[in-house]
Amino acid sequence: MNILLIAELQDGQIRPGSLSALTFARQVALETDGSVRWLLLGENLEAATTEAARYAPVLFCDAAIFAATAADSWAAAIAEVVSTGNFDLVVAASGTFAKDVITRSAGLLGGAMASDVLGHAFVDGRLQLQRGMYAGSILATVTLLGSPQIVTIQPSAYAAAEPGETPATVTNEQIDTSRLPQNIRIEHLESKRGGRPDVTEAAVVVSGGRAIKSSEDFESLVGGLADTLHAAAGSSRVLVDAGIAPNELQVGQTGKIVAPEVYLALGISGAVQHMAGMKNSKVIVAVNNDPDAPIFEVADYGMVGDVYEVVPQLIERLG
Amino acid sequence: MKILVPTKRVPDTDQRITIREDTHQIDDAQLPYIVNPFDAIAIEEAIRIREAGPQEVEIVAVGIGVAEYEKELRTALAMGADRALIIRCDAVLDPWNVAGILKRVVERETPDLVLMGKQAVDDDASQVGQFLAALLDWPQATFASNIECTEKGLRLEREIDAGIETVQIPLPAVVTADLRLNEPRYASLPSILKARKKPIEEIAIEELDYSIEPRVELIALAAPNQTRSCQRVDSVDRLVDALQEVLP
Ligand SMILES: Cc1cc2nc3c(=O)[nH]c(=O)nc-3n(C[C@H](O)[C@H](O)[C@H](O)COP(=O)(O)OP(=O)(O)OC[C@H]3O[C@@H](n4cnc5c(N)ncnc54)[C@H](O)[C@@H]3O)c2cc1C
Repeated sequence: MNILLIAELQDGQIRPGSLSALTFARQVALETDGSVRWLLLGENLEAATTEAARYAPVLFCDAAIFAATAADSWAAAIAEVVSTGNFDLVVAASGTFAKDVITRSAGLLGGAMASDVLGHAFVDGRLQLQRGMYAGSILATVTLLGSPQIVTIQPSAYAAAEPGETPATVTNEQIDTSRLPQNIRIEHLESKRGGRPDVTEAAVVVSGGRAIKSSEDFESLVGGLADTLHAAAGSSRVLVDAGIAPNELQVGQTGKIVAPEVYLALGISGAVQHMAGMKNSKVIVAVNNDPDAPIFEVADYGMVGDVYEVVPQLIERLG
Repeated sequence: MKILVPTKRVPDTDQRITIREDTHQIDDAQLPYIVNPFDAIAIEEAIRIREAGPQEVEIVAVGIGVAEYEKELRTALAMGADRALIIRCDAVLDPWNVAGILKRVVERETPDLVLMGKQAVDDDASQVGQFLAALLDWPQATFASNIECTEKGLRLEREIDAGIETVQIPLPAVVTADLRLNEPRYASLPSILKARKKPIEEIAIEELDYSIEPRVELIALAAPNQTRSCQRVDSVDRLVDALQEVLP
């Protein structure tokens, strides 16, 4: 298959999730005798294109209109590159960028799309894709009908790709940006995550649930242990709803999906919607004062105890 | 202003989902169904826009599917939607075809705003709103956690991976609702009774002149195996030992 991989950039750099999507794309290319090329859209792309070229050939369009990711102009630009380049598979990493932008471009390209893919196989020459449904309690295997096919990859399901031996080509893609729709005006972005890594990108995630009573406690217990372990801080939905934790920390069916080396669940009960976001973590450690909390069913290590007593000791002992 | 709210009926979120023997369908014989929680948030938001005034707002709820859908659409009417449409269609639809049918409904109803859930909690695809916006060539704002009507259209806050983004869009537009947009009201008994008299218009899919073209073929459903055996530790010392062993 002729594959176009859409890079997701943050602060001018390729996000690690895009490298996981590249692993999927390379495997499909290998199995179909195809090829993979990046598409980078943005402004001041020089560093990012150089970095991307270490992995695969790059198409890019550097223009002011792409400085912010407005879904209408981005989706139209992507659809145009896919059509003119005769790509038959479009790949990107899951996340809100892909849900907003890539899905809209799939809508311009005929709608053969599978989101949040967890695995794939070739059966009788057809690409079969696995994805979760019902908060991850069901695994569906699907194939897409029609072309191009659009697939977003759950980064936790594929290891990040390694660079190639020599840098690949970088090609400036001509897009007539004056013809793109521009009806979405992005005013500003507010992030409260602080200096900690993103939950989807950290090797260790420390998450807090309803047991945590206030933002100050969240900061000192969850944040404190996260900092001790150079980990990301995460949260269940209830703390975000209560304004105790910022939204970008929510793990779960409707938050972020993570699969770190170690996931620590502090005072989280283990509702299916939360587990949908973390149950594929390598090791799960739970602290909960209820010995029957469902979180213990998916945990590798469990301690029955009060997080207000246990966590300060952990910070001290592991610091 | 006219607001169209597409809704989907989904199994109640606290139910255990199991699969039928043919591995192609979930076992829904005993499952209670509800309005997709995100769509309920969309209905609630439409009602709040109407309540905030001063403009007049008409709210039209839409459902696509089987006859039993009427129950969930009555819930939307009891919450405060003015009327409802049900598109009768027995086929299982993928997001592309749901969006295609909704496009026809939009052409019939000519709403100023399509307000819907950011995802349906059954297939978790999160595609229909964006597909619909693309098909209509309308601006979109996904994952809205705050909506404000302005002179020029809407100003919204969106919950994205990096934080909260503020955007402005003109109307007509498609907006998808995130969890924290609002908390949907429960319908009161009088409004449930009143909703029984509100009109639900039935439209056969054939009337919309839309031909279904599947884009996703289901091969099989499976229950992922996820058993772990939990080793209980009974002191902070033991927990520290365990952590030191597994931490990278
Ligand atoms: C459509 C939908 C989408 C959803 N999406 C998500 C999602 O993306 N992410 C998500 O997380 N949830 C989601 N939810 C919510 C989910 O169903 C649960 O309500 C939520 O995960 C519960 O959070 P919790 O475990 O922190 O709180 P609770 O369920 O209240 O659990 C708190 C736990 O803390 C323990 N505890 C209390 N005090 C202490 C203490 N001092 N020390 C130790 N333990 C203590 C209790 O024993 C309990 O087990 C969704 C729900 C719906 C309907």
